Formats: sequence, C-alpha cells, structure tokens
Amino acid sequence: MITLTHYLLVSAGLFSIGIYVVLSKQNAIQVLIGIEMMLNAAILNLVAFGKFDKINNAGQTFALFAIVLAAASTAVALAIVLNVYRRHQTIDPGKINQLKD
Amino acid sequence: MVSIMFYVMAAIALGSALYVAASGNLVRSIFMFFITLFALAGLYVLSLADFVGVTQVVVYVGGILVLIMFAFMLSGRENLEGLKQQKNRLLSVSKLPALLLAAAFFVVLANIFLKAGADNSNWIKQAIAEQDVMTPQNTSINSLGVNLMTNYLLPFEAISILLLMALVGAAHLSRKEESAT
Repeated sequence: MITLTHYLLVSAGLFSIGIYVVLSKQNAIQVLIGIEMMLNAAILNLVAFGKFDKINNAGQTFALFAIVLAAASTAVALAIVLNVYRRHQTIDPGKINQLKD
Repeated sequence: MVSIMFYVMAAIALGSALYVAASGNLVRSIFMFFITLFALAGLYVLSLADFVGVTQVVVYVGGILVLIMFAFMLSGRENLEGLKQQKNRLLSVSKLPALLLAAAFFVVLANIFLKAGADNSNWIKQAIAEQDVMTPQNTSINSLGVNLMTNYLLPFEAISILLLMALVGAAHLSRKEESAT
C-alpha cells in the first residue's frame, strides 16, 4: 500500500537534488533545470494530497496552475539567458557581475 | 502491483535526477531530465491524477525541454569548452557547501514528513469517512473541468493575465536591440 508519506519522501528527495543543482552548477541553463526540479517536487505534493479531494479537486487544479506558471517563467528566463549571452558571451552566473555595460 | 510500479517510478525519477546533478555533460543532463519528467508523470498517474500527468508530458516535455534545448544550442559552443575544463564531479571542495546544504535540507524535510504522519491527519480521515477519496474506477476529468470553470475561475483568469504578461515580456526581451534605452 502506497501511503502519502511515500510521495512526500520522493518529493523531498527531488527537492534536495534540485537545491544541489541550483547551488553547484556554473551554467544558467542547468540552474534553470534545478528550479524546474524543485517545482516538480512541489507539484508532486499537490497531486498526492489532491487524491483525497474528489469533490473539489483543489490539488489537481492547482497542480495544473503550477505547471502553467512554470512554463511561463521558463520562457521568460530563457529569453533573459539569451540576452545575457548576447551581451556577455557567457552564461556562467558567477561571471556576470554587472547590471549595465 | 501498484506499489511495485510506484517504487520503480520513484527510483527512476530520483536516479535520473541524481544523474542530472552529477553529470558534467550538459546535453546528457538535459536528456536525463526528460526521463525525470516522464517518471514524474507516471507518479502523477499512479496518484490518480491522469489529466495532470498528461499535461505534464505535453507542457514540460513538449514545451519547456524544447525551449531549454533551443537556449542551449543558441548559447553555444563555449559552453561545451567550459564544461570540459571542469572535470571535478560530484565530490569536490567547491561543491561541498551545496552538497551540505542539500543534505541538510533533505534530512530536515524527511524528518518533518516522517514525524508529521500525513496519513493520520484529521482531514485525511474525514475525507476517507466521507467517501471523498478518488478511486481508480471513477474518472476525475469531468469534475476537474467543471471545478476549473466554477470554483477556481478567479485564479484561472489571474493566470491568463500572467501568461499574457509573460508573453509580452519574453517578446520584449528577445527582440533586436536597435533603439536600446
């Protein structure tokens, strides 16, 4: 029998891996992948709890909203990454140290 | 049967996520992230949220990962050269703080989840008593659509406005800069 705690533990592991990816990678795209991983861990929690809400469907609805928000934020973030690459010729977050050139 | 599938999916998701974290090759990590997302879609389906699983596949795998591949290819060659220089893998001194923080986070989260006892909380028991639990026999997509257009109409509209803002913002950011201000 799969209980809620199993889902929660999986999402905790995914969230921690996402934090590690965000903090340790020297590439803006990989940092973005880490953020997506953390978002997915949150969505997994929403879906797992949404199983116990058949009438109102709150968990699944907000999981859908979270997926849409993640897609929108990724599109904007990738546009920013491409702009930064055009100006600085690098996408290492540690080397971009000025707001205005 | 279901629990075996759950464990397989969870192992695939966590394993490929670990590979994304450990690998130094950007292309490989992007493709392993595909696999993580597919396994997560499987987990959503196992949790009886089939529509969310399908949306995950369509939006994430079809949309976001293609976008990431585009950004990776457009931001190009020196990425790969830079990645070849950093030979150091998962365990190295410069990555120790990140590793420590992630491990501490995992310990704290796992402790909380194990001690919270989500399966015995009050509202879960109440939902089970009121037959408010999804079963594999009934489909949830009907009530999901009805709820989306009635109970959750305000967040739905708010998200549509936010999507419009993101669209305008992305178009503004990625245009050619002739009259830079």
